[in-house]
Amino acid sequence: MIIDDLTEITEKELASRKKFTIRCCVAAGCVSSNSVGVKEALERAVRDAGLEDQVEVRGVGCMKLCCQGPLVQVDERNESPGATVEIRSVDTGPLYQKVTPEDASALIGTLQGGSSNLSQADPKHPFFAEQLPIVLANSGVIDPDRIESYIAAEGYQALHDVLRELTPKDVLDSVLQSGLRGRGGAGYPTGLKWGTVAKTPGTQKYVICNADEGDPGAFMDRSVLESDPHSVLEGMAIAGYAVGASQGFIYVRAEYPLAITRLQTAIKQAKQLGLLGSGIFESPFNFNIDLRIGAGAFVCGEETALMASVEGKRGTPRPRPPFPAESGLYGCPTLINNVETFANIAPIIRKGAEWFSGIGTEKSKGTKVFALAGKITNTGLIEVPMGTPLRKIVELMGGGAPDGGQIKAVQTGGPSGGCIPADALDTPVDYESLTQLGSIMGSGGMIVMDETTRMVDVARFFMEFCMDESCGKCIPCRAGTVQMHEILTRILNRKATRRDLEKLEELCDMVRHTSLCGLGQTAPNPVISTLRYFRNEYSELLVEDAYGPRRNGNGQCAQPTADSTL
Amino acid sequence: MIATLSSKKQNRLPRILEHASGDKRFKILEAHMKKHQYNQDALIEVLHKAQELFGFLEDDLLLFIACKLKLPASRVYGVATFYHFFTLKPKGQHTCVVCMGTACYVKGADRVLAALEEKTGIKAGETTADNQVSLLTARCIGACGIAPAVVYDGVVTPRQTAEKAVEQLKGWTGHDH
Ligand SMILES: Cc1cc2nc3c(=O)[nH]c(=O)nc-3n(C[C@H](O)[C@H](O)[C@H](O)COP(=O)(O)O)c2cc1C
Ligand code: FES
Repeated sequence: MIIDDLTEITEKELASRKKFTIRCCVAAGCVSSNSVGVKEALERAVRDAGLEDQVEVRGVGCMKLCCQGPLVQVDERNESPGATVEIRSVDTGPLYQKVTPEDASALIGTLQGGSSNLSQADPKHPFFAEQLPIVLANSGVIDPDRIESYIAAEGYQALHDVLRELTPKDVLDSVLQSGLRGRGGAGYPTGLKWGTVAKTPGTQKYVICNADEGDPGAFMDRSVLESDPHSVLEGMAIAGYAVGASQGFIYVRAEYPLAITRLQTAIKQAKQLGLLGSGIFESPFNFNIDLRIGAGAFVCGEETALMASVEGKRGTPRPRPPFPAESGLYGCPTLINNVETFANIAPIIRKGAEWFSGIGTEKSKGTKVFALAGKITNTGLIEVPMGTPLRKIVELMGGGAPDGGQIKAVQTGGPSGGCIPADALDTPVDYESLTQLGSIMGSGGMIVMDETTRMVDVARFFMEFCMDESCGKCIPCRAGTVQMHEILTRILNRKATRRDLEKLEELCDMVRHTSLCGLGQTAPNPVISTLRYFRNEYSELLVEDAYGPRRNGNGQCAQPTADSTL
Repeated sequence: MIATLSSKKQNRLPRILEHASGDKRFKILEAHMKKHQYNQDALIEVLHKAQELFGFLEDDLLLFIACKLKLPASRVYGVATFYHFFTLKPKGQHTCVVCMGTACYVKGADRVLAALEEKTGIKAGETTADNQVSLLTARCIGACGIAPAVVYDGVVTPRQTAEKAVEQLKGWTGHDH
């Protein structure tokens, strides 16, 4: 494989474009609304109308507005001579929603000037118009099952440039300058992490892609893997070159069978074309990627637990340091990054670090993909520049709560995050601002709650999750989560007193400071943040202390006034 | 204690291996292990395959894997019980997985689950006495955009309500299949 081969594939792919491309979403969300049936019906309708030479029906990845699936978009070929890459602007053609197989012939009819009363989404709606796709640029455009489709969208160009024109140091500098921070939760600067792995001596190093997506209520990583798997492979290969690793692993959860199949296909195709394997682009660089399938344990998203799991062991974390960058998989220096982090790499190399660092806020660069779900009108995927106000995301793009409801809070960061109350909606979304509010950026799950949601119930829900998922290695987390869950249940059952609430707060503090890994350290967050903003919901559920007022050491009654401050 | 445990295993192994030689599924499983060069790191992959072939992980099966990968039985058992995905009990004819992830939860998955539990008379994680239906829960199946989601026999079904879910189960809990 040399650069000419890439160009040839691109030209061939572009030349084979027919007049119309009908894009039909075949990512998991739409598949569960029978989009595969729709795609087949469309293919049949094209054949029946004798339009095979003019129309291509293409299965593509997520088109973002998942709640209205199956989505089908009609795209007419852009004849302008400058169009070297795939047409990818969202406003090119009508976007049909909730398409059924019965709609297929009417939809094909519109290509020949027929009219139809099919339901259409508005591509000018802020939900689409306010997005800035970098990670999702190919999502919903290219065919994830064909590497040629990715190559035609400038795919593997960055890998070529890196291997043929840049030194590993240049790549490290680019990533550092771009200001990219990890998208897996903590937001550690990616360039620094890569630099540490590169610096650590070792003959064998590894690159791991964390595709465990443990946050229940988040589906960005799955969409990226299902819609554009090659972008992750390319990012990993570039990382391998930069840090000096020749073997990569993708740890993907077993709950995502479609993503697993797409990744397997993608790896096979990349190997066939020599884009993975040995001597890539006729350089001395070798890189292979293997898949590791998770088996349903949230804690395996934590990096040290993940590595134990890759080694075929129980996924229990270990204390850090040593950090994976120094001693990771099989004791070798290991780079571990999130799916979205890797998907950002190729665009950064292609368009330059300056372009990337021009997007976002001072400390949080680039874009972030969020999975918008819960009590909100438009559920689906959005990618917005860092620093976008939360209000814009949930009210303008998301369309607010459905059926005229009022948004009460937005939950970010999953079980490690917190609830942001409605009156803080003007906060810009970046790592620091969210932390200040007592939540975290997390991996990108954003669950909207309306006034019917009871916050204590939410806190208990997350505590139950952490209790189930605690691996049991350290005591604060194993026993603490059980106790906190028990108290929360008692509060909900109106059996708890103020003392219980005090105990709960003490436990929060203890578990947070003494747990071994991030799971326990962040498990109290949902309780702490709901107590911070919705304390009255807790106090409303408390009952009188059956033992009478609390006595202090002198046998005197402690002042009961604290009750009113609750 | 240790002696009895190991001696029990000693007695069981020849029987398991003999049983395995007559079962095609064990051959497929062994071929899979061979593909991974009997690598001990591949334990989770092998367990996935075993569960795919047998439906659940029986003690004998775990011992078979331990023997072939030259791992202590405790290690295989430890890994199999650590991960939620592996089940050591047989599943019913049909499975019904209610997503209890955050997005589904705030949209009423708990009510769907409660209705199903009432209808089947079992709790989540159990199988009905007639072995027809297993009721399970999942932590987000990545279909949050269409919450609440329930997976009936592997088919993800969007926007479930208590009524819809109970309706779906009607065909299963009857006398026929
Ligand atoms: C309990 C726990 C669960 C985690 N789950 C995930 C996850 O599902 N996906 C992920 O990318 N990172 C997860 N992380 C963060 C990883 O440990 C790690 O920081 C991250 O993968 C690093 O990638 P990044 O630098 O690209 O963000 C989790 C951390 C903890 C403590
Ligand atoms: S929370 Fe149910 S699919 Fe994500």
